[in-house]
Amino acid sequence: MQAVILENIVKTYKTKKSVLTAVNDVSFSVEEGELFGLIGPDGAGKTSIFRILTTLLLADKGTASVLGFDVGKDFKAIRDIVGYMPGRFSLYQDLTVEENLRFFATIFNTTIKDNYSLVSDIYRQLEPFKTRRAGKLSGGMKQKLALSCALIHKPKILFLDEPTTGVDPVSRKEFWEMLKRLKAAGITILVSTPYMDEAKLCDRIALMQNGKILKIDTPENIVSGFGKNLYAIHSENMFKLLTDLRCFPAAQNCFAFGQNHHLTLKEDSLPLSVLEEYLHANGHTKATIKKIEPEIEDCFMHLMKNSSQKELLQ
Amino acid sequence: MNTEVVIKTDKLTKKFGSFTAVHELTFEVLKGEIFGFLGANGAGKTTAMKMLIGISKPTFGSAQIAGFDIYKQTEHIKKSIGYMSQKFSLYEDLTIRENIQLFGGIYGLSNKQIKSKSGELIEKLNLLAEADKLVASLPLGWKQKLAFSIAILHEPKMVFLDEPTGGVDPITRRQFWDMIYEAAHREITVFVTTHYMDEAEYCDRVSIMVDGLITALDSPANLKGKYHAKSMDEVFVTLARGAKRGD
Repeated sequence: MQAVILENIVKTYKTKKSVLTAVNDVSFSVEEGELFGLIGPDGAGKTSIFRILTTLLLADKGTASVLGFDVGKDFKAIRDIVGYMPGRFSLYQDLTVEENLRFFATIFNTTIKDNYSLVSDIYRQLEPFKTRRAGKLSGGMKQKLALSCALIHKPKILFLDEPTTGVDPVSRKEFWEMLKRLKAAGITILVSTPYMDEAKLCDRIALMQNGKILKIDTPENIVSGFGKNLYAIHSENMFKLLTDLRCFPAAQNCFAFGQNHHLTLKEDSLPLSVLEEYLHANGHTKATIKKIEPEIEDCFMHLMKNSSQKELLQ
Repeated sequence: MNTEVVIKTDKLTKKFGSFTAVHELTFEVLKGEIFGFLGANGAGKTTAMKMLIGISKPTFGSAQIAGFDIYKQTEHIKKSIGYMSQKFSLYEDLTIRENIQLFGGIYGLSNKQIKSKSGELIEKLNLLAEADKLVASLPLGWKQKLAFSIAILHEPKMVFLDEPTGGVDPITRRQFWDMIYEAAHREITVFVTTHYMDEAEYCDRVSIMVDGLITALDSPANLKGKYHAKSMDEVFVTLARGAKRGD
């Protein structure tokens, strides 16, 4: 069964002066038990989609359902079976850790004790601080408490809106370990993130930009669908290298990418010796060129470039 | 690279009651350097940065920012630096032009300077058509590029950037770093925090804070060599995994 179905969803926000299309004719579905990622920067439309699916916002057009329930007329049923962790910390700052958790359990007519097994893994790390007010917690602890509160009524589906934004790389890795365990417990998870490196941890992902989906597939298929040779290039002077590569007549795209620059060529048939000679002539005597597998971020930038070029042509 | 020291700290420490948020930081940053200030959540980065920009008094230790003392000359410090963060950068309910005027005024530029600088800036960022629109209507990436330009409008000796690229799309994120390189090229020191480890690679030197201490400080290449790591992400995880506090 499909846990989530969206068909042609449109959401616009109108102000006196302008109309902003936050979600522009988006359709996709999520399988039961799947860990599905919405990947994209701020303004991609991720939060609006989450709010529509959790029945907190009405779409202008299109239909959507969660476990067979319509987001419009069955909103009450949906609210009982979903857990939602909003992007902005939304727990009660002046309640303690334990009070927050008990409050959310009570709202759903359950107790911490009844459902402790699901949250124990996460909540155990918070227990030393259970009498501390939520407002006084560090970022990572707030995130763990919010996840515990979203889980305490044993939801069938979890909606996590940018749970790792602003979180350091170590805590991010731990958070994804927790998600893996929740998935193993049979919970369907929809998660959004602006960090492209997290995309490969999902079963399937939708790459989003400006209210539209650029591509939906498994991370592996998105990478193998890159369709071009990709080269990682390094030299002593990385700043000059970037400018030089962008001026290389046969270059298609070139982006800084950590310790290397990533380059695609207009024609993959071009012999690499031409590039080697060009770099040598520009003073990069120790440059190294290596053909590599693209990452999701390479694919995203490639799709962004192509879609903006298409828009220009229309 | 220039050898003029623009940030110099000596055993800089901040305690809140019995809790030591920042413990004896001693380091130097050079003119025109891109200095990455990394650390886990709760490691003490924000507290340290607040002391460096003159809005929080240290418990003990000393520091000079652009030659000014962080205890006695905080007003001089504020004039010599620029600052922007992801959370606060511009006033959403003012137009682009009004934001430039406001910050120009705060940083002590004359009306004449503000006028010529805002013209230049709007043209350079290609915002002529948007100049009289509210900042709220700009996409995040543009907002951050504008905020950075405004933070260095008064040609400060250094600029402090607190997670400037959080949530920004990958192409704009790279354009933002082009602007950082350009500022560093003009000998403006860039002091930057980020959670994107690929961006740590773009820094001249990087420090990593764990539990209030700087546990590593060197160029990305040297750090990777020292910790036998393939990337800065690996270096960070190796060092920060041992963190006891915060998260």
